[in-house]
Parts: sequence; C-alpha cells; structure tokens
Amino acid sequence: FPGLADVSISEDIPVEGEITVPVGSRSPDEDYSTLDEPVRDTIMRDLKAVGKKFVHVMYPKKSSALLRDWDLWGPLVLCVSLALMLQGGSADSKDDGGPQFAEVFVIIWFGAVVITLNSKLLGGTISFFQSLCVLGYCVLPLTVAMLVCRLVLLAGSGTVSFIIRLIVVVAMFGWSTLASTAFLADSQPPNRKALVVYPIFLFYFVISWMILTFTPQ
Amino acid sequence: QMGRVGKRQASRAFSLYANIDILRPYFDVEPVQVRARLLESMIPVKMINFPQKIAGELYGPLMLVFTLVAILLHGMKTSDTIIREGTLMGTAIGTCFGYWLGVSSFIYFLAYLCNAQITMVQMLSLLGYGLFGHCITLFVTYNIHFHSLFYIFWLGVGGLSTLRMVAVLVSRTVGHTQRLILCGTLAALHMLFLLYLHFAYHKVVEGILDTLEGPNMPPFQRVARDIPVVSNAVLNTTAKAVALTL
Repeated sequence: FPGLADVSISEDIPVEGEITVPVGSRSPDEDYSTLDEPVRDTIMRDLKAVGKKFVHVMYPKKSSALLRDWDLWGPLVLCVSLALMLQGGSADSKDDGGPQFAEVFVIIWFGAVVITLNSKLLGGTISFFQSLCVLGYCVLPLTVAMLVCRLVLLAGSGTVSFIIRLIVVVAMFGWSTLASTAFLADSQPPNRKALVVYPIFLFYFVISWMILTFTPQ
Repeated sequence: QMGRVGKRQASRAFSLYANIDILRPYFDVEPVQVRARLLESMIPVKMINFPQKIAGELYGPLMLVFTLVAILLHGMKTSDTIIREGTLMGTAIGTCFGYWLGVSSFIYFLAYLCNAQITMVQMLSLLGYGLFGHCITLFVTYNIHFHSLFYIFWLGVGGLSTLRMVAVLVSRTVGHTQRLILCGTLAALHMLFLLYLHFAYHKVVEGILDTLEGPNMPPFQRVARDIPVVSNAVLNTTAKAVALTL
C-alpha cells in the first residue's frame, strides 16, 4: 500500500471511541441471572415443576411433560414420607425402626432400577432417569393410601377398618399401576407391553402389601 | 485436559451400557412365548433319547424369582411373623436368588463333570422355569393351611416340574451313572427347597426372634439391681428441689 507508507500516528493524540459492541440478544446475561436470582425464585420454580408432575400423576393423560423434564425430587420426598409412615409397625418395641426405614427405601429404589433395566433390555426407548422419575412419582397414590390407612387405624383396628383399608389400598394400587403404565408402556414395542407391565404390577403389589399389613404399636 | 477427563468419563459410562447390551439377547421374548414356556415347564417330555431344546431366556426366570420373593413375603405376613421386617425381606430375596444362582451353578458344574450338553444360561433358564411349580404350590398353601394339602401339592406340582427338568437333562446326558448323579442331585435339591420354604421359614424367623430376645433379658434385671446409691441420692435431692420450687 504505497499511499500509507508515510502515515504515522503521533503518540500524544489520545485515541477515543466506544469499544463495547451493542448487545442485541441478552442470552449470556440470562444464563448468569439464574445464579443471581433470589433463592426463593429457584425453589418456587422447582416446587411448581414437582407440583405439576403430581397433578399429572393423579390425572394420567397422555402428556410428555413427566418424561421431558424429569427430576427426582418428587420421588425422594414420596419415598421418605412413605418410609417414615411405615416405621413403628413392628411388634418388637425395642426395635428403633432403623431397618424398616432403610428397607422401604432400598425396596423402592432397587425395584425401580430393576424395572428400568428390564424395560431397557426389552427394547424400550425411554432413558434410565426418565423411567426412575415416572416410577417414583407414581408412588403418590400409595402414599395417600398409607395416610388414609394410618387415619383409619387411629379410629380402631377391627374387621371394618380392615375392609376399608383393603378397598383403599387396592384402589390406589390399581391407580398407581395404571398411571405408570400410561407413561411407560408407550415407549415399548406394541406387542411386549405385558412383559413390561408385569414387573411394575409386582413392584406396586409389594409396596401395597407392606402398607396393608402395617399395624402400629 | 478437560476434554481428556470428559472422554474418559464418557467411555466408562458407555462401557456400562455396553455391559447391559450383553444381556439384551436373553430378553428377546414375546408374551405368548413366556406363557407357552410356563405351561411347558409343568409337562415332562417323553422323548428322552433326543436332546430337548432349551430356550436360553432370562426374562421368565427372573420374573419367577421375583414372584417367589413376593409370595414368600406374603407367607411370612400371614403366618404372623411381623418382627424385624428388614431381616425377613433380605432373607427372602437372598434365599430365592441364592437358590436360583447357586444351584444353577452347582448343577452346571456337575453337568460339566458328567459331560452333559448344557450351557450356563440354559441351566439358569431351566431352573428358573422350574420355580413356577414352587410359586403355585406356595401361593396355594400359604393361603389354605392344610399340611396334607401341602404334601399333595409338593408331590404333584413339585414333582411334575422336577420331572420335566430331569427329563430334559437326561435327554442331554449320555451314560447311566452320569444321568443318575445329575438328575438325582437336581431332583433332591428342587424338592427339598420346596419343603424348606414351606416349613423352615417359620423356624428361621423364630430363630432370629430367639437370638434377639434372649441376650436382652438378663441386662434389664441387672440394671435394676445395680442402681448405685449415689444416683439415688441425686434423684432424691432433685425431686425435693422441684417440689420446693412448686
């Protein structure tokens, strides 16, 4: 560039101007803003997501919201509350209830893992944590049944109360199985749905049995 | 650096899924096939001179073992053995899975010694389907408590499923001594397991109860006798102080 050979900038002229580029989209700022927002907003958002999933379980329609944004908060809360309510059901008063809590916890999570592995091995298209999420959330009707059973047992423990508890537990067990089937069976090849439903049936049957045979001391 | 760590983690996770994929062919069944195999497991075959076909499938046996665990839990509840649920649950799962895996391995080892043509997966599948008879027997006899009914079911249903397994093994073994060893062992273990599940389970639970209650009794007596005089005096002064403040 021959014309520029004699251009020189004297060093005492200050360079001025705007370096910053006007930001059109605010996406980098939005990523940081979830860190800066108050804790209450984060908790409320997560609670709303969990609450929406509870509603989906109680009215099982064919929606993919439960599958798309899976989370394990709801299953954890349900599992812990069910295990706490099933404590104190042993006839041995010296028992501190420790093994009982751990047993319920282990059964629910181990059972859910086994069912998930089974459905994956049978050729399911659902992911591991999505399946755990659905199975955990569908324990909600059984937790409600446990609450009702405890209230009925406060009133008395005769044949009438047993019949009431039996009806409630059977109804909730059916609801749980139907709800989880509605979400999980779609991800299977159509002629193998029965193979996936049976372990789910067995899983909720064991939990319902634990609830029905609970006798407080 | 980050790329290398990420890649290592991804390859580890991938190898876990690859291990699951090893089991995938054994779960490739249709519901009609499972139902047919369940019914077949009760029918002894007559043709023992021709090696019988065994399906190497693990879905049916696994579901049958879990069903047996559920039935055992139901039996423990109806026999009013509510104490220490935790130990009972672990015992139930351990017993059923231990029997299925342990006896399968043992019979596979014996089959290797006796030159029988059977693979490990086929043995697991055969024994798993043989538990179908156990499930039926225990389901009925845990609800209807008649000892004579149990013996009829033990011989009839248990016997049928044992005969089926024995016939299939005999068809795959050559030589009288080998057939006798293999099938005698399997028949004995299978029938004795059913007997054990019906009777000894209550004793196992009572045994746990006894070992837990026994050592606990004397200490309570000892503590009552050994209250030192010092703590007695402290209690008395505390009670007097509380009474004075009131």
